[in-house]
Amino acid sequence: MTPPAIARAALPPRWQDYVQLLKPRVMSLVVFTAATGMICAGTPLNPVMGAIAILCIAVGAGASASLNMWYDADIDARMRRTRGRPVPAGRVQAADALALGIVLSLFSVMILGLAINWFAAGLLAFTIFFYAVVYTMWLKRWTAQNIVIGGLAGALPPVIGWAAATGQAPLDAWLLCAIIFMWTPPHFWALSLYTSEDYAAAGVPMLPVTAGAAATRRHIWIYSLLLIPVCLAPVATGLGGTTYLAVAGLGGAVFLLLAWRVRSGRAGDAADPRVTDGLYDVQAAARDARNLFAYSILYLTLLFATLLGEHLWGRAAGGLS
Amino acid sequence: MTEPETPSNPAGAGSVDAAARARRGRNIAIAIGLVGFVVLVYLVTVFRMGGNVINRPL
Repeated sequence: MTPPAIARAALPPRWQDYVQLLKPRVMSLVVFTAATGMICAGTPLNPVMGAIAILCIAVGAGASASLNMWYDADIDARMRRTRGRPVPAGRVQAADALALGIVLSLFSVMILGLAINWFAAGLLAFTIFFYAVVYTMWLKRWTAQNIVIGGLAGALPPVIGWAAATGQAPLDAWLLCAIIFMWTPPHFWALSLYTSEDYAAAGVPMLPVTAGAAATRRHIWIYSLLLIPVCLAPVATGLGGTTYLAVAGLGGAVFLLLAWRVRSGRAGDAADPRVTDGLYDVQAAARDARNLFAYSILYLTLLFATLLGEHLWGRAAGGLS
Repeated sequence: MTEPETPSNPAGAGSVDAAARARRGRNIAIAIGLVGFVVLVYLVTVFRMGGNVINRPL
């Protein structure tokens, strides 16, 4: 640790350290996708109850993140991207992260069940269990398919949002889940192509570590080809309209172009191409992977924002007519 | 006369202040969390039970 980090670690934890345990950036994505599922469900929910449901889903996601940081502190300490997290940096005790995770898990599931419905609460409980136990404790350290299967945890929030609004999870809700599920592998493998040294040092069997960069680039291309039809499927079921078709189609074409550049490039071949610890600051050799990683976030955001916009617009137009 | 000894940790006083600030910040955050939880339970009660209380058979 650097001297300022040591000085900081000697102090009692600040409230901001506990907020950091909840991975607020991931929480914001969960809030966004869960809200999209809730709005797309088409059943108007009392705005206050809707806000409470979103709060419970966000806190549940934060709880699973805290459990992840408790269990993965040893791995996080060996990776440049994660060594500044509160537990490996010594700012928060591992036991505190565990306690926070358990308490917030129980509260979020119970409040969601009591306030909204127990089907949504059950889905939230399953999501927390899947991320904290199945992914964190089992898949992550065991198989190169860790983020493929584990991606289900990040893909479930729109289904929980839908279930909170209607008490059901129809095909359209699972389509939203499928979009995030299929998006996760190319997104994380693009990142891991230029952070694989971290994963190797930490003993995490990410695909570039176990199968090499060339195999990872091939996998990114195949999963990208599979992703685009899934992103277009909501148009076939009527969940997405013409604006969504345009965004998913044109955005998907750009996604495929960037994925092809990764496929035909040399990203991941050079030893540690990062210039700084930042996620986007890489040398020329890794730019194709960095570009796909950054664009994948924009693409997913645009897809869900368009669905959200179309349904809100449809609801407003319906209210006016 | 001897010079007063220099503390081994020159940032000692600053650390005490920082520790007190951190503790105060945590206490305020816990207070906000508790008040927020009370408001949450109140709102859930009002919105889930409100209509049923008025519409119950007498």
